[in-house]
Amino acid sequence: MADRKIMAYRRENGRVGVRNHVVILPLDDISNAACEAVANNIKGTMALPHAYGRLQFGEDLDLHFRTMIGTGANPNVAACIVVGIEPEWTGVVADGISETGKPVAAFSIEQNGDINTIAAASRKAKEFVHWATELQREECDISELWVSTKCGESDTTTGLSSCPTVGNMYDKLLPKGIYGCFGETSEITGAEHLCEARAATPEAGRKFMEIFQAYQDEVIEPFKTSDLSDSQPTKGNILGGLTTIEEKALGNLEKIGRTSAYVDALGPAEAPAKGAGLYFMDTSSAAAECVTLMAAAGYVIHTFPTGQGNVVGNPIVPVIKISGNPRTLRTMSEHIDVDVTGVLRRDMTIDQAGDALIDMIARTANGRNTAAEALGHREFVMTKLYRSA
Amino acid sequence: MSEPQLLVHDLKDNVGVVVVEGLSAGTEMLCVVTEDNSDFGLKANQDVPIGHKVALDDFAVGDTVVKYGEDIGRIVKAVKKGDHVHVHNLKTKRW
Repeated sequence: MADRKIMAYRRENGRVGVRNHVVILPLDDISNAACEAVANNIKGTMALPHAYGRLQFGEDLDLHFRTMIGTGANPNVAACIVVGIEPEWTGVVADGISETGKPVAAFSIEQNGDINTIAAASRKAKEFVHWATELQREECDISELWVSTKCGESDTTTGLSSCPTVGNMYDKLLPKGIYGCFGETSEITGAEHLCEARAATPEAGRKFMEIFQAYQDEVIEPFKTSDLSDSQPTKGNILGGLTTIEEKALGNLEKIGRTSAYVDALGPAEAPAKGAGLYFMDTSSAAAECVTLMAAAGYVIHTFPTGQGNVVGNPIVPVIKISGNPRTLRTMSEHIDVDVTGVLRRDMTIDQAGDALIDMIARTANGRNTAAEALGHREFVMTKLYRSA
Repeated sequence: MSEPQLLVHDLKDNVGVVVVEGLSAGTEMLCVVTEDNSDFGLKANQDVPIGHKVALDDFAVGDTVVKYGEDIGRIVKAVKKGDHVHVHNLKTKRW
């Protein structure tokens, strides 16, 4: 199972992609309209509207650029059009993406207006679509995939079934050479001692603890109005039976398996740079923000355990939903790709569930649309560190 | 083995999780510890929704609840063995 071959797209920089999107990427909020017009003109392209990109500065601006460039550079993107209000920052993003070797073109609106910009960008987008649709999938090894994870609308069944299913997948595929990624800084509260102990090196563990403590000191302490009990666990988590953040965190950490150790702790949307293996990333625990950051770091498939039924997707990365909650499978099965309810009935082992997930990863890599893709979930949410200037 | 109504992660745990829908008060539950597949019986004192926890012991205020073999919070209202354990009687020690 863990030695499977897949049919995927080999990109110019050697990375393996599992989708073949032509993306129309707005640098900033006020370029969304032009990007959506281009995507409407040229079938087979996709605009990624978002809320930010103006008057950001410092670390927040760095994160904006890193997320924009990383999204365009993701191996699931064949080619990219960048549209911004002015040419300079638009060029920063386009140049960053073009380092991958993929086709990129930049357009700016000032001195052209929306209509001329849309016309010029549409002509280029049409060229990119013709080019991208002639690219062929080729045989690649499953070990070449970068697979991230984050759970959502967790309940007690995620800790019993769907999270350890992801953990079992990592225990089998990380030794084969995949890149893995988990995050959700605030949702490790109560299990941070266990997470620190899962670092491959003392340096990685120290970096994780610094990130964890910084969130407590710089975000929770200055901004809390009472405590976080109304947000963490969420109301959905509580309906599903989770009572405390410690309980939620322990279930969350089941996603990294039994034998895997993380080699580094990354900043948000930071690409892993220490070779194959598992990485921790500093992310929000909100699903769309987290998946967007991991996609921008270069991950091409996302595995998403859910209990109560989070429906999130991502525009460029297929999000595979795994659930072991029989009520969720009964009431909203159209959102679930891998059914592990057998783990709760004790007629499916975690080992079998892990194999079922690996099978679904291979099928998804080969082109099977996930439930979130079929249902049109394309949540693309930039992380903002503080108010713009 | 017939299907369990309650699963317990770890032998050290003092709560388990209801894994069937519509569990009613008075049900003699088959409980399985996933760590070693051992099993035992326990009567549920209330109707408990799927995913919610049941006490495996009596608890006094201030006692620590253990799940996954780890501390998940403190009891704030006395609990009897077989009782529903949730936000009405268990609180975080963190925030």
